[in-house]
Amino acid sequence: MPFELFVALRFLREGRAQTALIFAGVSVGVAVIVFLSALIDGLQASLVERTLGSQPHIVVRAPEEAARPLADGPGALVQVVRPAQRLRTVEGWLRVQAELERTPGVVAVSPVVSGAGFASRGNASRSVAVRGVEAERFQRIIDVPSKLVAGAWRLQGGEAVIGQELAEDLGVSVGDRVRLTTAEGRADSFRVAGIFDLGNRDVNERWVLVPLRSAQTLLDVVGGVTSLEARVQDVFGAEALAGELRGRTGLVAESWMALNAQLLTALRSQSSSRYMIQFFVIVAVALGIASVLVVSVVQKSREIGILKAMGTPTRKLMRVFLLQGAVVGGVGSVLGSLLGVVLAGFFEGLARNPDGSPTFPVQLDATLFLTAAGVALLTGVLAAVAPARRAAKLDPAVVIRNG
Amino acid sequence: MRLEGVTKDYGEEVVTRVLHGIDLTLMPGEFVALVGPSGSGKSTLLNLMGLLDRPSGGRIQVRGQDTSELDDDGLAALRARTLGFVFQFHHLLGAFSALENVMMPMLAERGRQDASMRERARALLGDVGLAERADAHPSQLSGGQQQRVAIARALAMDPALVLADEPTGNLDTGTSSQVFELLRRFNRERRTTFLIVTHDSRLAERCDRLVEVVDGRIRTDRPVTRP
Ligand SMILES: Nc1ncnc2c1ncn2[C@@H]1O[C@H](COP(=O)(O)OP(=O)(O)OP(=O)(O)O)[C@@H](O)[C@H]1O
Ligand SMILES: [Mg+2]
Repeated sequence: MPFELFVALRFLREGRAQTALIFAGVSVGVAVIVFLSALIDGLQASLVERTLGSQPHIVVRAPEEAARPLADGPGALVQVVRPAQRLRTVEGWLRVQAELERTPGVVAVSPVVSGAGFASRGNASRSVAVRGVEAERFQRIIDVPSKLVAGAWRLQGGEAVIGQELAEDLGVSVGDRVRLTTAEGRADSFRVAGIFDLGNRDVNERWVLVPLRSAQTLLDVVGGVTSLEARVQDVFGAEALAGELRGRTGLVAESWMALNAQLLTALRSQSSSRYMIQFFVIVAVALGIASVLVVSVVQKSREIGILKAMGTPTRKLMRVFLLQGAVVGGVGSVLGSLLGVVLAGFFEGLARNPDGSPTFPVQLDATLFLTAAGVALLTGVLAAVAPARRAAKLDPAVVIRNG
Repeated sequence: MRLEGVTKDYGEEVVTRVLHGIDLTLMPGEFVALVGPSGSGKSTLLNLMGLLDRPSGGRIQVRGQDTSELDDDGLAALRARTLGFVFQFHHLLGAFSALENVMMPMLAERGRQDASMRERARALLGDVGLAERADAHPSQLSGGQQQRVAIARALAMDPALVLADEPTGNLDTGTSSQVFELLRRFNRERRTTFLIVTHDSRLAERCDRLVEVVDGRIRTDRPVTRP
């Protein structure tokens, strides 16, 4: 064992009560940081997950006609002559789809035909959003199969998958038939293959998922799609990626972040208050370490004088105290992480939703612990700088004379 | 070690001169007693010779090297290699065992423990008659035992000069005599130079040379003639 560590550990061991107190202080500080981070990360992740459970990360669609009056391709002219009530479709969507799939960061793309309509069964009728999709592709954008409450995820000819609330409103169950009618009066009948609960009441009430082809016929956009929906690797990079897609395709690309700006603002202010709390906890811990070590330098001045007299260089003595700070920070971060995990687990078990999932989900990952350990270690060493300098300045002649 | 016209002043506003031009040369293997009334400047002189403090004027040479040319780390290194200390108040490190205390100067110098270090420390403890108390902590040892550990520690780096400030000041007569004999024995066996501050005239008369300081000046410097 190196000399400095040997002496540092002995000094810590000798000051039992003090060492125990300082360990406790650092542990509590680290536990607060770990617990708070786990809780807020968990809450934010579950909020985001809930939001994204029924929303694509990025939607790419044709621009508003008024916004782009100029023809920059043969398609633009065609758009302008179209009747106003016709849905705007993405020109050459297969090409655009390929383009999106090539873009780094995009993991899945699904074409969607979407328009307004009415769903009816018997006397019951509800205003709905007709969404034509390809089952295979769409499930990679929104994971409907795992959110089914009845039936199967299947969209073969004449089949539809609808939300739980809509099914209740219309009084249908799997196997029943539902009639879809558009504003223009086109109508078709579908058999309910599955019923989903995407965790969003509005979506559960309004979405009717049907095969892409059926929707194209029903909404009079044969061969076309109204939007392309994409899933991306990094959900918080969605807005930046949407900007890139706008540039690449010349189309409108909206990210979930732009559509949920309020949620993001809330998350951000929550994060900044968290950082503030953590900052003050760190400052408090640092002051605690520093004050205990300063006292220990005063108490140990006799020892420091002796070590100096026997020819120990100043830098080695400083390292003895820096190491004490590091040991306190290191051990404190391990104890604190454990305490934080226990606390988080306890808190998570405290309240549960009816479905058994925790009301306050916590999220513990390795980076959190590594960060906490790094911060505690650094805090310990920095807090020990002042005491170490004090030790370095001690005059051995004075110490020895005074016994 | 050679001192030439060494002076020492204390105080910033009211400067008091504690040492007035000390000239003193210690030869290898000498066993010197430093005596004088309380407040005459013995400890001050010892601290200067121990390179723990710098003189206000004059020069201190160690093996021909002028110590004023060295910075604090240079002085520390020179201390580590050539000097050993024995203090009146034992000054052992309370957090370490007797053996570890003796090892400490070697450990501080070389950075890491090794078997030879441990062996040497054990041998030194044996020399001072404390082989069985190697693992005891200072608080578990008597005053005389503590001082013997301190002597073993002072000798750990095989220093050329050992400076002892009233090494027997806190001990009863019998123990004083034992500790003194120990120093004498190391002086004979290893040719280590000793400078010992003492108030005990009987002990002073058992040294080879006697230096008397009065009011910051050397009054007498004479060999001790034994009957
Ligand atoms: N740091 C200091 N500041 C001011 N004066 C000091 C300091 N150290 C020593 N002195 C003074 O210097 C003089 C010599 O002190 P020193 O300790 O060298 O005496 P001494 O001969 O060792 O005495 P004793 O036999 O009592 O140990 C004393 O008058 C003392 O008050
Ligand atoms: Mg003195």
